Amino acid sequence: MSAAGNLPVGLVDAPTARSQGGRRGLAGYLLLLPGALWLLLFFVVPTVTLVATSLYDPSGSLQTGYAMTGHWQNYVDSIRDYLPQIVRSLLYALTATVVCIILGYPLAYAIAFKAGRWKNLMLVAVIAPFFTSFLVRTLSWQYLLGDNEVLVSVLRALHVLGPDGHLLATPFAVVTGLSYNFLPFMVLPLYASLEKVDPRLIEAGADLYAAPFTAFRKITLPLSMPGLVAGTLLTFIPAAGDYINSELLGNPQTRMIGNEIQDLFGAGDYPTAAALSVSLMAAIVLLVFFYVRRAGTEELV
Amino acid sequence: MSRGRRWLGDHLILAIGLLVLVYMFTPVFVVMLMSFNDPASRNSYSFDGFTLDNWRNICGPFQMCESLTTSLQIGLLATVSATLLGTLMAFAMVRHRFRGRSAANLFVFLPMATPEIVMGSSLLALFVNAGVAGILGFWTIFIAHVLFCLSFVVVTVKARLAGLDPRLEEAAMDLYADLWQTFWRVSFPLVFPGILAAALLSFSLSFDDFIITNLNAGQEVTFPMFVWGAAQRGIPPQINVIGTIMFLVAMGVVLAGELGSRRRRA
Repeated sequence: MSAAGNLPVGLVDAPTARSQGGRRGLAGYLLLLPGALWLLLFFVVPTVTLVATSLYDPSGSLQTGYAMTGHWQNYVDSIRDYLPQIVRSLLYALTATVVCIILGYPLAYAIAFKAGRWKNLMLVAVIAPFFTSFLVRTLSWQYLLGDNEVLVSVLRALHVLGPDGHLLATPFAVVTGLSYNFLPFMVLPLYASLEKVDPRLIEAGADLYAAPFTAFRKITLPLSMPGLVAGTLLTFIPAAGDYINSELLGNPQTRMIGNEIQDLFGAGDYPTAAALSVSLMAAIVLLVFFYVRRAGTEELV
Repeated sequence: MSRGRRWLGDHLILAIGLLVLVYMFTPVFVVMLMSFNDPASRNSYSFDGFTLDNWRNICGPFQMCESLTTSLQIGLLATVSATLLGTLMAFAMVRHRFRGRSAANLFVFLPMATPEIVMGSSLLALFVNAGVAGILGFWTIFIAHVLFCLSFVVVTVKARLAGLDPRLEEAAMDLYADLWQTFWRVSFPLVFPGILAAALLSFSLSFDDFIITNLNAGQEVTFPMFVWGAAQRGIPPQINVIGTIMFLVAMGVVLAGELGSRRRRA
């Protein structure tokens, strides 16, 4: 298998496949140790620190130091002040995820079932745009959606946009950027689970007089659920925390929670920034929890 | 009629898929086009004229190439470290039995399920609380990059490894290969495409990262941070030259890997 062919698989695949076998003993722990230490020191400990920081007395500062006072009020205050940005982030991320499903599903389906010997090439093509830097790509949307460029002119001529309508610096532009940037994270896991669908199942459905769409709805779609769930998470989560698209393609009214957290850290208001970060994470964990339970996949991790 | 409809059904989805690919490539084409742009003003981002100057004078913009060097150094170091740590973890998780394996799985998955802004804030909170905010810079960026690449490496290598028959390794051991020989002669070559894919992914994640880096960079400037700063002031067309070069180099590596694996199979 090629390097490119390997990329998508892991996100839905792998977990327990041949887990029956395997050696016991110390070696496993030793192999695990360095990576686990890294995760412990730089992921678990920081997360605890972040929660602690969110409870500091906000009257302190970086210079004078903060007092740990278990100041729950930080959460109440920050959520009250930044509720619109939190809601907006979740809404934009949700819209972008839906767009990614609409664009990504047919692409993943085409690669899995229709691409034939072009499969590897198409997979490479999904990943390829990744390689031009994220920010440079996002900036090129500034050009594509610009007022004097083709797209806006065509939409104005078709009266979809008013004579002085814009695309750039609108929520539309932000969602476009978000869905563009995270599309591969939807396509790859979807492809990985679609590829494992046995085409004979669909043929069997057709033999039993299922119309193509019925066969899709009853067979292909349920079997691709693990990929769809993984793809949704991998799109929704980074999109909800992103502030690059909002900053480069949006306007002051499209600010997302990431913009605020970044600016609060920049301004040195650590307790509020930390409280917002924890709230964002909590909101995401809750949403993900209910979503995964509804979607009924437990093979995710 | 029904045959016509089936043909349409078959090709319609492929056509839609190809259209989506075209959409995905459109910004890449813009990046390439813009690398030849001769901008009329610093404030507008439109194609004003063709020039080769940007390619002749890549390092023209002040400190752009310095930031690029920083990004490449961090990218390489983080890739090597994350690939090494992650591959070891993947081997442990697939080939070894130990207590808490499912906890380990969750543990590896969590960083991927954390938004960058949260991960970046946590690290910053740690560095500040540990009183090392003064050393924010190259090495704190490195720590962060290894962290977020690690999970992707584990998942990618694990997938490859789980697809391999453990009996191949058992067979080698039966033929009196010791653990070391089994690893280097059997396991490693078979898993290598997965490791290569993981390394490529790591490098592009590291090279691309802005949000986490920006929080933990101190005075250090990586290439995405340079682009961010430039975006506020007027974008030098050279960033598109870098984008184009990165794209071409990565495609070259992928295609070389593809050809290599074709040859091995043949």
